[in-house]
Amino acid sequence: MIGRDLLSIEDLDRGDIDRILETAERMQEVGEREVKKVPSLRGRTLINLFFESSTRTRTSFEIAGKRLSADVVNFSSSGSSLDKAESILDTARTLDAMDPDLVIVRHGVAGVPKRIADELEAPVINAGDGAHEHPTQALLDLLTVRQEKGRIDGLTVAIVGDIAHSRVARSNIYAFLKMGAEVRVAGPPPMIPAAVESLGVKAFTSLREGLDGADVVMALRIQNERLSGAFTPSIREYAATFGIDRSKLRYAKDDAIVMHPGPVNRGVELSHDLTGHRPGVILDQVRNGVALRMAVLYLLTGRPRRRPGESQP
Amino acid sequence: MRIAHEIVERNDDVESLYLVAVPNGGIPLARRLAANLRQVADVEVPVGILDTTLYRDDLVVTGERPPLRRTEMPSAVDDRVVVLVDDVVKTGRTIRAAMDALMDFGRPRAVQVVGLVDRGHRELPIKIDYVGKNIPTHPREDVRLRSSDGAPEGDLEVVVVAEHGGAAA
Repeated sequence: MIGRDLLSIEDLDRGDIDRILETAERMQEVGEREVKKVPSLRGRTLINLFFESSTRTRTSFEIAGKRLSADVVNFSSSGSSLDKAESILDTARTLDAMDPDLVIVRHGVAGVPKRIADELEAPVINAGDGAHEHPTQALLDLLTVRQEKGRIDGLTVAIVGDIAHSRVARSNIYAFLKMGAEVRVAGPPPMIPAAVESLGVKAFTSLREGLDGADVVMALRIQNERLSGAFTPSIREYAATFGIDRSKLRYAKDDAIVMHPGPVNRGVELSHDLTGHRPGVILDQVRNGVALRMAVLYLLTGRPRRRPGESQP
Repeated sequence: MRIAHEIVERNDDVESLYLVAVPNGGIPLARRLAANLRQVADVEVPVGILDTTLYRDDLVVTGERPPLRRTEMPSAVDDRVVVLVDDVVKTGRTIRAAMDALMDFGRPRAVQVVGLVDRGHRELPIKIDYVGKNIPTHPREDVRLRSSDGAPEGDLEVVVVAEHGGAAA
């Protein structure tokens, strides 16, 4: 696996991504057994270092680690020594002194996982840093599309919503472009960053044009703070113009699938029926997320164990 | 064919047999064995594929991450006589890993092992119940099976590759 850490999709090449996806497909089978556990990471310690709350991502990493027989420890920023104004780096260094095999970091500020990775012995996975990247989300989205459509090359993927503030959008843009898809973004003008087309995507402020002929429609979560005020006049306005329902889906291909990183604001980004039923594949995304994270944990812990007393390599 | 006969001789209840192949080498062998058992004993023995990579005992020590292979277990394992099938058995560690993996799928009535080639150098107390051929080798040689005419149904030949690359036998 290239690199010690998984901090961004931007750092990965197509070969890395293929390897991760192939490994994830093998891990899916483990999730279908009755005994959903393999001994591969027995005795390894994984730390979830979440400075931003997130039940689903943290739980997904926890289940992934446990299925590999690792010991998983959760550290969230409330009720910890951070209340005593211990700095992020001191927290990370303290945890590192307990010799974890891998640390998973989520923080509201971009770049924090990388800063932590620079300090630690252990490999670091970025579970979301500000509006920058969320690599495992994009990887599980790739996995889902590959399984639904048989391929990623040549597909048209439309990402709809608050592109400017979305780390899921950024990671997915890089991911789908690297794997040969055509990527479009669509949303109200204040939510489409001015220079987004320099990433290699086409930007639309008309949902109809953005969805035209799309194989994959990915709806992003609108944060409540942005629902009123400068970014969009109101929830109703957003839902009416950019919310995805079956009638808007007709602009896309007949067999288009609908995705969302969750949690869904029902009736806003997605209609109620698409949230739970085909062509919405949100629950598959969640299931694939565990297998994908198992793959990443397995691949990144591939370093020989340091024996006690051995000096740093 | 001889191995199919031996299996039938040793197992009264042929309906309870379940061939489980260790990828990749064990797969064509298990399929062949299933065909032979169909001929010899008129029984449809299910064939499963069980990747042992995630159960290897060297993952922690070496940090290696070999590519994973597909596992397909079409039948339940409980109360079956599972016959593990591998092409070459050397240290016995792969068979040990296969047994650990198998136990996570259920509780077999018994486990037996087919090793087409036994090249010796056991490091664990693992025995092969049905051996195709014993081939003494140097531990650092590599042993591979090759179809002599390229076809999967053809005769197999054993190729022993000496340490530094030249073919030996």
